[in-house]
Amino acid sequence: MGLIRLQNISRRYQMGTETIHALRDVSLEIERGEYVAIMGPSGSGKSTLMNLIGCLDTPTDGAFELNGNKVSEMDDNELAEIRNREIGFVFQSFNLLPRSSALHNVELPLIYSGMNAEERRKVALDTLENVGLTDRMHHKPNEMSGGQRQRVAIARALVNKPSIILADEPTGNLDTRTGVEIMALFADLSRKGNTLIVVTHEEDVAKHARRILRIRDGQIASDEKV
Amino acid sequence: MAMNALASHKLRSALTLLGVLVGVFSIIVVMTAMRVMQTSIEADLSQLGSYTFVVRKWPGIYFGGPEGFEKFWRRKSITLAQYLQVQERASLAQSVGLETSFWGGQAVSRYEKTPPNVEFSGATPGTFPAKNWVVAEGRAILESDVDREHDVCVLGNSLSKILFPFGSAIGEQVKFDGINYTVIGVLESRGLTLGGNQDNFAVIPITTGLRRYGHQPWRSLSILVQAQSQELYDDTVEQVRGILRVIRKVPPGKEDDFEIFSNDSMIAQFKSFTLTVRLGVAVISSIALIAAGIGIMNIMLVSVTERTREIGIRRAVGAKKRNIMVQFIMEAVVLCEVGGALGVLLGILGGNATAFFLKLPPVIPFDWAVIGLLICSFVGIIFGTYPAYKAANLDPIESLRYE
Ligand SMILES: Nc1ncnc2c1ncn2[C@@H]1O[C@H](COP(=O)(O)OP(=O)(O)O)[C@@H](O)[C@H]1O
Ligand SMILES: [Mg+2]
Repeated sequence: MGLIRLQNISRRYQMGTETIHALRDVSLEIERGEYVAIMGPSGSGKSTLMNLIGCLDTPTDGAFELNGNKVSEMDDNELAEIRNREIGFVFQSFNLLPRSSALHNVELPLIYSGMNAEERRKVALDTLENVGLTDRMHHKPNEMSGGQRQRVAIARALVNKPSIILADEPTGNLDTRTGVEIMALFADLSRKGNTLIVVTHEEDVAKHARRILRIRDGQIASDEKV
Repeated sequence: MAMNALASHKLRSALTLLGVLVGVFSIIVVMTAMRVMQTSIEADLSQLGSYTFVVRKWPGIYFGGPEGFEKFWRRKSITLAQYLQVQERASLAQSVGLETSFWGGQAVSRYEKTPPNVEFSGATPGTFPAKNWVVAEGRAILESDVDREHDVCVLGNSLSKILFPFGSAIGEQVKFDGINYTVIGVLESRGLTLGGNQDNFAVIPITTGLRRYGHQPWRSLSILVQAQSQELYDDTVEQVRGILRVIRKVPPGKEDDFEIFSNDSMIAQFKSFTLTVRLGVAVISSIALIAAGIGIMNIMLVSVTERTREIGIRRAVGAKKRNIMVQFIMEAVVLCEVGGALGVLLGILGGNATAFFLKLPPVIPFDWAVIGLLICSFVGIIFGTYPAYKAANLDPIESLRYE
C-alpha cells in the first residue's frame, strides 16, 4: 500500500462568483522511498497539490491518505500534528524565522513535538551537520547566502525524521550553481531512503528524480518513471 | 520577540507602557505611603498608656479639606483653667494630665550639645501615667513644681545619656532656648520604635513653659485622661465630655467643640481614610490600565500583521492554533510586565518619599508588588487574547505567502 494515496481529489477556490479549479479529480499513489518530480506550467496546480500532500490544506472533494491516516477527515489539531511528525516542507522563499539563528530555526519543529531543550539542541546540531552548516549555526538568515539558507530550511525539514520531504521549487530563488548543489543534496537524501517530492520548472533538475509527474490545468497530464 | 514589536513602534509602545506604569504606580505608591503612615500611627498610638484618652482642639489626624480645617481653627483653645476644672470634677478619672509642645531645638549641658532636634514640652504630674512615662532616676514633675512654676526638667533616657555621658544627670543644669533648667528626673528608655527615637525629649512643668512662651491664641493644650479601668473607660470619656461641654458653654444639641480620641478612635479614623483613598486609587488605576490595555491590544494587532509569515512558518512545521495563541498572549503579558515592573519600582520609591519626609523607616510592600504584577499579567491576558486569537486563526497557506 502506498505511503500517499490521493483518490479523486479536487480543490476549488471561490473567487467571488467565479470558481477556480486548481485541481480536478486527481488520483495518485506514491510509495515510500520514491523521488518524484512534479512539473508543469505556472498556475497548473503544482503548489496546490503540494499543500494538500503537506497537510497544510484539505481537498474540496476526494480522499487523501498519508501513511494509512485519512488526512481528508482530520481536524486542525490533528493536521498540525501530522505536519509536525510526517512532513518536512522546503519552500522556494526559504521561509526561515528572520530574527532567529540557524540553530533555532532547525529546532522549531522539535519545539512543537514537545522535545526537551537539551535533546532538541543535540538533534538540531546533528541535522545541521548533515547539511554541512555546523559553522553557521549561530548566524541569522540575513547573514547567510541563499544556498546556506536553503540548507537550513532543508535541515529544518529533516529534523523530525518525517515520512516525506516536500519541496516547492526549492531552487527557484537560487543561482544555477547553488541550485545544482541543492539538487545534489536532495539526490543524496533520496539515496539514504527518504521519500521526496520536488516541484520544479527545470528539466535538468527533474533528471535527478526517478519519476516525473506532469500537471496541466489541475490534472495529471503524464506520469513516467525514469 | 515581544521586544522587537516594542522597538519598532517606539511612541506607541512608550505611551502604552506609560499607561501600565501609571496604573500600577498609582496603586503601589499609595499602598506604600499608607503602609508607611500606618507604621507611624501605630507607633504614635503606642505612646498612650492603657485606657487613656486625649482631649484636644485639633483632631488626632485630619484628612479633610481647608473648609473643615477652619472649623477647628475657630474653636476656643483648651486652657489651663479648663484643665484644672476637669481635674477637680472628673471623679472617675485615675489621673488627669496636661501637655503641650513649647519648642524644639538644641539642648546644652556643661559637657555636651545635642543636634537641634530635641523636643521640649510641658507636662503635669498626670501626664506621666497617661503617656507611660516611668521615672528611672530622680523624680517626676510634682504638683508643687507646677504651682510654683519651677525651672526644672525631666529628661528622656537617651537625651540624658547624650548630655551627661559620665554620670547622673540629677541636679545638673541643662540649657534650652537660652534658659537653664535643673534636672530632677530621668525617664526609663522607651527604646527605638518604628517611629524613631522616642527618648529624645525633655519636659518641664507646663506652667513654667506657659509663663515663658505665653498663652498665644493658637496654643491649645492637650488634656490626657487615664480611666481607672477598662470597664470605666466609656463612662470616664462621657464624664469628661460633659464637664468640658459645660465649662466651654456648648449649647445642648450642638456638637462638641473639642476632639476626644483614643487609640481605638484614631485607628478607626485612619481606616475610614484609607478606605476612601483606596477607592480613589482603584478608579484611577482602572482607567489607566484600561487605556493601557487598549494600547497593548493595538500593538499586538500590529505585531500579528507584521509577523504573519512567521505565524505561517510555525503552523507549517506543526504549531497548533493553541500554541500560537499562547505565544501571543505571553508576549502581551511580557509587554505589560515591563511597564508593570517599572510602575512597581517607581511606586515603592514614590511611596517611600513619605517615609523620607516624615522621617519614618521605609517599607517594601511585597504583597502589593506581587499584586501589581499579577494585575499586569491579567491586563496582558485580557487585552492580548483578541490579537492572539486572530493570529491563531490565520490561514497557514495565506500566511506563508504574505509579504
Ligand atoms: N488561495 C487561492 N485563492 C484563489 N485561487 C487560488 C488560490 N491558490 C491558488 N489559486 C489558483 O489555483 C491555481 C493553481 O495555483 P498553484 O497551485 O499555485 O499553481 P502553481 O503552483 O502550479 O503555479 C491558479 O490558477 C491559482 O490562481
Ligand atoms: Mg507554485
